[in-house]
Amino acid sequence: MEKSSYEVKVGLAEMLKGGVIMDVTNVDQAKIAEDAGAAAVMALERIPADIRLYGGIARMSNPEMILKIKEAVSIPVMAKCRIGHFAEAQILEELGIDFIDESEVLTPADEENHIWKHDFKAPFVCGCRDLGEALRRIGEGAAMMRTKGEAGTGDIVEAVRHMRDVNRGIRRLQMMDKEELMAEAKRLGAPFSIVEIVAQKGKLPVPNFAAGGVATPADASLMMQLGAEAVFVGSGIFKSDDPASRAEAIVKAVTYYNDPAVLLDVSKGLKDAMVGKPAKELPDDEKLAKRGW
Amino acid sequence: MTRIGVLGIQGAYLKHEHVLKELGIQSVIVKYAAQLDKLDGLIIPGGESTVISRQLGFRLSWEDLYSFSKEKGVFGTCAGLILLGNGGSDPRVRQLGVLDAAIERNAYGSQIESFSEDVALSFDSKPFHAVFIRAPKILSWGKNVQVLATLKNRPVMIRQDKLLGAAFHPELTDDVRIHEYFIQMCEQ
Repeated sequence: MEKSSYEVKVGLAEMLKGGVIMDVTNVDQAKIAEDAGAAAVMALERIPADIRLYGGIARMSNPEMILKIKEAVSIPVMAKCRIGHFAEAQILEELGIDFIDESEVLTPADEENHIWKHDFKAPFVCGCRDLGEALRRIGEGAAMMRTKGEAGTGDIVEAVRHMRDVNRGIRRLQMMDKEELMAEAKRLGAPFSIVEIVAQKGKLPVPNFAAGGVATPADASLMMQLGAEAVFVGSGIFKSDDPASRAEAIVKAVTYYNDPAVLLDVSKGLKDAMVGKPAKELPDDEKLAKRGW
Repeated sequence: MTRIGVLGIQGAYLKHEHVLKELGIQSVIVKYAAQLDKLDGLIIPGGESTVISRQLGFRLSWEDLYSFSKEKGVFGTCAGLILLGNGGSDPRVRQLGVLDAAIERNAYGSQIESFSEDVALSFDSKPFHAVFIRAPKILSWGKNVQVLATLKNRPVMIRQDKLLGAAFHPELTDDVRIHEYFIQMCEQ
């Protein structure tokens, strides 16, 4: 019996496809998310919009709070650790977390190095802005990628940019001669062995999800139509005026992402989405997507 | 020509579709009731059983799936097996109750308990590399249920007439024998 192989880690990411992973900060929210049809929940003390608001150092959440959420729901529970903070990741693994998000939403612990994720039994998801960043994280052992977007803004523009950048990078690789792949790997700053696989298969070797700025059913559909295989919703649900119905609407929008009749149906009657903040108006040092490389 | 659908509410449905296409089968992702009409079989994929259960009744009803599974071949993997079963689940997941077996959700614990293991198949001499992801357990099964694969003396793949259920994920490997077996079931 082989546990924690890369195949088994990526296997869980495969099972989350076509689903919505929702940020929750307590047991009540976790239950609302599960009832609404979330495929998994991300347990954290503050959603990204509040991390922006309160400032300070954003760290791994209190394990007790994560454990309470784990007990309350039957779906997979994820939690975030700081970039490079492998001790936080060890604690999350020890408490039996289903997926670890090495996340730019928390204050980075290491500005040069990410966690060596192959050493862990639990699978990891990491954010990326472009193909090079995605392949570096996969090289370190990430079993799932997601766009960074710009978390906590409710502005989808950065997630769109990141998804398009990754997909454009993949299409470029597919057009290249074998002789060109090494130079492209150098340009991307990506491991050559993974560059070769992507050039051959025309897709990342792990599922690629959307995250960072999803606030409406239409946002979720847009990301799915751009090639996301599932959607993370952070502040978008519990910062809105109607979390339960918005959560359910986004779940349906992901399943029926290419059916405008359903999208119209589920978008009607929702109360106000989160107010949000244009990502463009953020000063550079407040842009979370710039954390990590 | 045999046409097999894959229920496309949530989960690893594209992986199943990929295998069917490799085998030259006409395949469609099923999200609406009307799509069931011309199918000879349906795969209910792995994913989260709560999510699939919660969304049935929107564009595709329980009744549609129930009447389909009474006539045609249905193959449930992991979450799909739970939905086919008739007990052992929890109140968060409704079941079709067509397969006479009690299935316990997520019976091994959290993701770090997920595993792969070679299992013996009753219909082929070569073992099958089976990937178990937060897998369910088949707790009990009726007289009409045939055991096709076991792990530590417990069934992990079962069949009852035209219904097939696996606690693991044949769509995650390149081995197509179980899909071929299901296609033959649908063609009979």
